[in-house]
Amino acid sequence: MESYDVLIVGTGHAGAQAAIALRQGGFAGSVAMIGEEPDLPYERPPLSKDYLSGDKSFDRILLRPREFWHDRNITMLLGKRVVSVDAEQHEVTDATGATIAYGQLIWAAGGHPRRLNCNGHDQEGVHAVRTRADVDRLVAELPRVSKAVVIGGGYIGLETAAALRKAGKAVVLLEAQDRLLARVAGQELSRFFEEAHRGHGVDIHLNAQVSAIEGSERISGVRLADGRVFAADLAVVGIGIIPAVEPLLAAGAKGDNGVIVDECCRTSLTDVWAIGDCALHENIFADGRAIRLESMQNANDQASVVARAINGAATPYIAVPWFWSNQYDLKLQTVGLSDGFDYHIIRGDLDARSFSIIYFKDGRVIALDCVNHVRDYVQGRRLVANRVAIDPAIVANQGIPLKDVGC
Amino acid sequence: MPTITVTTRTGDTRQIAAEDDISLMEAIRDSGIDELLALCGGCLSCATCHVYVDPAFADQLPGMSDDENDLLDSSIARGPLSRLSCQIPLREELDGLIVTIAPED
Repeated sequence: MESYDVLIVGTGHAGAQAAIALRQGGFAGSVAMIGEEPDLPYERPPLSKDYLSGDKSFDRILLRPREFWHDRNITMLLGKRVVSVDAEQHEVTDATGATIAYGQLIWAAGGHPRRLNCNGHDQEGVHAVRTRADVDRLVAELPRVSKAVVIGGGYIGLETAAALRKAGKAVVLLEAQDRLLARVAGQELSRFFEEAHRGHGVDIHLNAQVSAIEGSERISGVRLADGRVFAADLAVVGIGIIPAVEPLLAAGAKGDNGVIVDECCRTSLTDVWAIGDCALHENIFADGRAIRLESMQNANDQASVVARAINGAATPYIAVPWFWSNQYDLKLQTVGLSDGFDYHIIRGDLDARSFSIIYFKDGRVIALDCVNHVRDYVQGRRLVANRVAIDPAIVANQGIPLKDVGC
Repeated sequence: MPTITVTTRTGDTRQIAAEDDISLMEAIRDSGIDELLALCGGCLSCATCHVYVDPAFADQLPGMSDDENDLLDSSIARGPLSRLSCQIPLREELDGLIVTIAPED
């Protein structure tokens, strides 16, 4: 039986960074990464941006050059899906029935795109944007597409809509809630991005409940519960992910929407860790609530936490969340988590498309959303990291740099 | 194909051959040096590809944008030679460029 001192399940950012950080920390044992995708680890953020638009080739979004993994003695087991875990025996089994033994297991399997469950959801021409293969399939169809419908007004949906507009397609965007970005941002940012996308010709419909994908052999339209039908040659579904944790939960790990981990990313199973999109962790920047964070920052920082713990220098996960999204000429940068804010101010000018929204809770700064306002993003980080208590009127004064407030 | 001399955080100095029309960040990453996190992939959203550029090449470099300047301010290791390596496209004129990877924050 194959056997590795550390087996990493998942070849995305979290898994790759865990392997890199283990070696950087001097780990000399055997390390393997096993994942469903056939490709070496690559950056996911460009999938809905530069890779979709064709501005970057696949080789340019590889996280490390191809020979790197071999040079670092990290074994790549690609195109293999782990279907079960036996934590007592320290073994995993893949879809072909092969078993692999491990000393420590790092679960970094991420998630699968949530799918529609209405009639026609599996029609030809209905796409997700999660993997390179997803985007390659989508791009291959683009030459014969003139009308696209994007279902879901979160970051993936909005970035994809922007890329499709850039490619000259007519784009309808359908959001089930009454505003875009409802899960992750306040009203102002939602309305700002709504206006921006409308200005670029995206036909946005809110409170839109999809009831069917129409078509015989291939998608021809998207039907809403209220009876309206939008003609479509292609649809992109961006309605979140389902964390890929079934094998762990079946093995007895605690969790439901993700697998529960402690401050060093340990699961409830001995010698099993979990990191990245699928790790349900208590985050101090969410007032200690258990959350999953689907971001590069979280993937990278949790990977480093696990690597340090395995290398014998455990430190808890305390990292300020940050995030970015680029759409058209808009550069959004977020620091902190705004969920649960009780007050906010706008610093700068929405009409000038350069501003920050600063979110407060109990008088303290908890997050900033900065659009084309890099300076505030950089200088506001300290306010979030230290939960600075400050008079919002002072922060709203653009004449005062954020680095000079609340010191 | 410009050749670049890179000094790592551990003090090792290596010469790397870079392909044309990629950024300095990509060239360092593609050489197998894994000290640059380059988390945002070069879209000017973080400051994890910070390097110091030998002053002899200052005139050859593209100017620094306000955004790059602001992002570099997030690093306690910022100095007069600091640049984000993702913002330096490699051209033949930069053959012989000498850079040092900045300490991790």
